[in-house]
Amino acid sequence: MHGLTNRAIQRFVTDSYGIEKWNDAVRWAALDVSDFEAMLTYEDGLTEKAIVGVCFVLDKPRSDVMEDIGTYLVSHPNTEALRRLLRFGGVTFVEFLNSLDDLPDRARLAVSDLELPSLEVRDHSSTQFSLVCACPIVGFGHVMMGILRTMADDYGVLAVFEHMGSGQGVETISISLVVTEFTEGRKFELGARVE
Amino acid sequence: MNTSDNFLSMLDTLCPMHVVLNSTGHIVHAGPTTQKLHPNGPSLIGQRFLEVFVLKRPRAVASVTDLLNVSGMKLHLQMRDPPMTELKGVLVPSLYEGQIVVNLSFGISIVDAVGEFGLNCGDFAHTDLTIEMLYLVEAKSAAMEASRKMNLRLQGAKIAAEEQAFTDTLTGLKNRRAMDHFLERYIEEDRTFALMQIDLDFFKAVNDTKGHAAGDHVLQVVSRVMVDETRETDTVARIGGDEFIILLPSAQSEASLRSIGGRIISKLEVPILFQGEHCQISASIGTAFFEPGCELTADQLVSNADVALYASKDAGRARQTFFNPKLRQSVTQLVPQNRQEDFAPDVRDAS
Repeated sequence: MHGLTNRAIQRFVTDSYGIEKWNDAVRWAALDVSDFEAMLTYEDGLTEKAIVGVCFVLDKPRSDVMEDIGTYLVSHPNTEALRRLLRFGGVTFVEFLNSLDDLPDRARLAVSDLELPSLEVRDHSSTQFSLVCACPIVGFGHVMMGILRTMADDYGVLAVFEHMGSGQGVETISISLVVTEFTEGRKFELGARVE
Repeated sequence: MNTSDNFLSMLDTLCPMHVVLNSTGHIVHAGPTTQKLHPNGPSLIGQRFLEVFVLKRPRAVASVTDLLNVSGMKLHLQMRDPPMTELKGVLVPSLYEGQIVVNLSFGISIVDAVGEFGLNCGDFAHTDLTIEMLYLVEAKSAAMEASRKMNLRLQGAKIAAEEQAFTDTLTGLKNRRAMDHFLERYIEEDRTFALMQIDLDFFKAVNDTKGHAAGDHVLQVVSRVMVDETRETDTVARIGGDEFIILLPSAQSEASLRSIGGRIISKLEVPILFQGEHCQISASIGTAFFEPGCELTADQLVSNADVALYASKDAGRARQTFFNPKLRQSVTQLVPQNRQEDFAPDVRDAS
């Protein structure tokens, strides 16, 4: 698994709960690595062990932890760069949704060995969508739920998300847009780069 | 809407950063993005195109006729007002008599321009790759930054590892730190051992005339000779460019040391072949003994060997000298004024 994935889990815990919680998770899960490098690749099993360890020390169900990770990725000041990169996907939330198909290719342009889960957006009507995620990490759909909820706020859209369950390594999320201009949302200025 | 208006709204969608000029070269229409280039100044409409933009290449364009002559060519433009942004452009005669359409783009200045003019995704045509390029710039910068941080961490770890290392990476011999450790331990154990200080003769000449690669090769051959001619229990260390120290805990007599030193010198005098050229060096050796109860410190022992080494060099190099206290007297008279401190009893800089 790419170090960026493992590092994201680690940073979620250290930025939200402190380094001690992360060290607890490392100890509990008996991880060989306590500090993941974003630009290295790690053995796949480590990611699963880390997730199980984090769920244990935070005493939360896996789906909640995964969704919190998704929310963290696009709302914490330390991950502002990622939110910006996602906002490049489109001017409106619907454009953003439709850009998710391209996300794995976009990610590869930036980091050539980064394999993101494959994402497929289906539009059933102008307000009804579903997102199909195929990912070896169980619960990745919940990470996407966290990301989508936060990005909807970011675009100022009121939407309802529902995890429709999983099967054969595929998780599906249903997305219903209620109001497309609910709030002003957060600004996205092309020139305001993260330093 | 008449056909002219249709035409302009078509341009606004397809190339939102354009201007339309009339037959006198004045701007009569500006695309929505072009309008953003002049946030504080007066409206672009009504201004003369060449008074707002400098045409840097091709040069010598002053009139509307000149402009029509560069139709279809790549234009290098610059705004006259701060921040004097550089632009790329191309112009063509309009469908409407006497008018000219100029399409503009930021080129590479886009990275600064988006901030300076407060541009958004909506300011670019849907087919324009600018947004993708900006995405790449940010994504690549973030990835580079992550790599750079990791490199810094790895570099720190490498330096720390080197500081803890005991091996000279060029020759594979022990380094000065390792030698100091062994020396302190032997002295603590208060056992008999000998310390041989070896300086290569004429090494600098090889390095200067035949290059560093030849010098490095010579050092590697020299190291092998020293390891071959000593026992496994001995410690061979390179402590400086062409300076070596051998600690010999098993050598008990002057005779055996004399024969080890003699063999090392004679083997080093065999010309060393490097890329078809012979490198000729030799070695001078100074040897000092440590005896139980002598109460010498490590620095004093090394200083004794150094005095003996200096005597070898003074006597014509390529030889081994054993330390005795009388040498210190004669060497002190021989050494130049600025090095005398090195040879004064009990005071020696370990460097």
